[in-house]
Amino acid sequence: MSVPPAPPRSVLVVGAGLAGHATAQALRRQGYDGRVTVLGDETERPYDRTPLTKEFLAGRVGTDDLRLEADGEDLDVDWHLGVHAVALDPARRVVSTGDGREWTADAVVLAAGARARRLTGPAGLHTVRTVADSAALRGELVPGARLVVIGAGWVGAEVASTAAGLGLDVTVLEAAATPLAGPLGEEMGTVVAGLHARHGVTLRCGVPVAGVQGTDRVTGVELADGTVVPADVVVAGIGAAPAVDWLVGSGLDLSAGVVCSAVGATDAPGVYAVGDCSAWFDPVLGRPLRVEHWTDARERPAVLARLLLEGRADPPPRPPYFWSDQYGVRVQFAGRRHGDETVTVEAGDPADASVLAVYRRHGEPVAVLGMNQTKLFTRLRRSLATPQPVPAVP
Amino acid sequence: MTQPGTVRVCPLADLPRGEALRVDEVDPPIAVFHTDDGEVFAIDDTCTHQDASLSEGWLEGCAVECPLHASTFDLRTGEVDAPPAKVGVRAHRAEVVDGEIVVTLSTEPPRLPPGVLRGPVGR
Repeated sequence: MSVPPAPPRSVLVVGAGLAGHATAQALRRQGYDGRVTVLGDETERPYDRTPLTKEFLAGRVGTDDLRLEADGEDLDVDWHLGVHAVALDPARRVVSTGDGREWTADAVVLAAGARARRLTGPAGLHTVRTVADSAALRGELVPGARLVVIGAGWVGAEVASTAAGLGLDVTVLEAAATPLAGPLGEEMGTVVAGLHARHGVTLRCGVPVAGVQGTDRVTGVELADGTVVPADVVVAGIGAAPAVDWLVGSGLDLSAGVVCSAVGATDAPGVYAVGDCSAWFDPVLGRPLRVEHWTDARERPAVLARLLLEGRADPPPRPPYFWSDQYGVRVQFAGRRHGDETVTVEAGDPADASVLAVYRRHGEPVAVLGMNQTKLFTRLRRSLATPQPVPAVP
Repeated sequence: MTQPGTVRVCPLADLPRGEALRVDEVDPPIAVFHTDDGEVFAIDDTCTHQDASLSEGWLEGCAVECPLHASTFDLRTGEVDAPPAKVGVRAHRAEVVDGEIVVTLSTEPPRLPPGVLRGPVGR
């Protein structure tokens, strides 16, 4: 790989979410004084999405509380919001936007994020990804209404938890036999998903959805077995896909999101990616891994900024980490699962929604799950963050 | 006799290096740290972003990272480096007097996260 002889004179960041903002911030904090331009798809200043299924949806915090920029923060960035990137020419490092403009810089950082998978249907059918989505749903979460959540992943579970707290009658539908089996494995997925029933929310697993019923407005959700679950409001929490459709034809490897080295470089010189749209090479798993976690989108830009400014950087020192707040329980997970781990509950008791579970592979801890076990969890998370023997930039 | 605005926390020997403890006797609670280098610091315990106990956080050098999210607070000043927290916590004066950790509380108003009320109960 060729190393830039000098720092770029200008950096163009495509995406004004968490990763885009963190990239601009990391560049300035590391002393970069060149030009930084950020293009944002949404019209809002950079904001935090994580409260959109929780405190913001419940009405406990407002739009101002979501802002990622600190009061008085000035990163000396040219922000262009409400601008849609439609194409990238990696060889010229030119990004075209929907308004016909072209943007170029010595370095282009793709931080375009992910887009929620959405179902189309009548009024009352929602998805939660943007602040507008959450505000629209909030208006419909009235006590006593029947809410059906399609998908028992993190978004679905948090929306169910918030709605139950607001006094709705909530049913969660999950196509898989066990919720959260992907991130947590079946055993712990069952434990975490057990929170629904403990808080009066019905969880139905192993039942694919056939369709959303209703003409002017949703009336129910039909399952593949023909049964209909009545609903006044429906939320589809069926995952998100990397926002890379506009990069098709660019020549970049999009096989897992934007495929990058272990420090965020694509195969195209001067083009980088970070955050939900990117799949950095994972030195432990030995393959590109798209990590959709908030913390990684926040921290990896510091690695990328170092690469941009110094020509080399070490891969992120800490394993992927995420959290979820449901029903007043703090769920935290750090590490990487291969799928063949043994899981041991080492503290707490699942019956009390208090668990510290350690995932081991060949006897070595590789991941840890905590439910209301913050202190022990942090200690174990820390022990997982050992420097990894990896080659320099592949 | 404890002076107003000061808290006798515990003997230094009871708080190993690299450890922290939360003092609930003051409101809002404070977190006291004994760093790997042997220094003692005290800051407000509650993250300014959300109700999380910084005494349960990730202590590294003279900084602690909130155990939930990514904000890191400087133990010397209380300043925060990165979102989601946007304002720092108060730093208090911590010293070791006759082998005991004594904290002199800041007189600034605390900066608690939205939705967290002061008071002896409800944590």
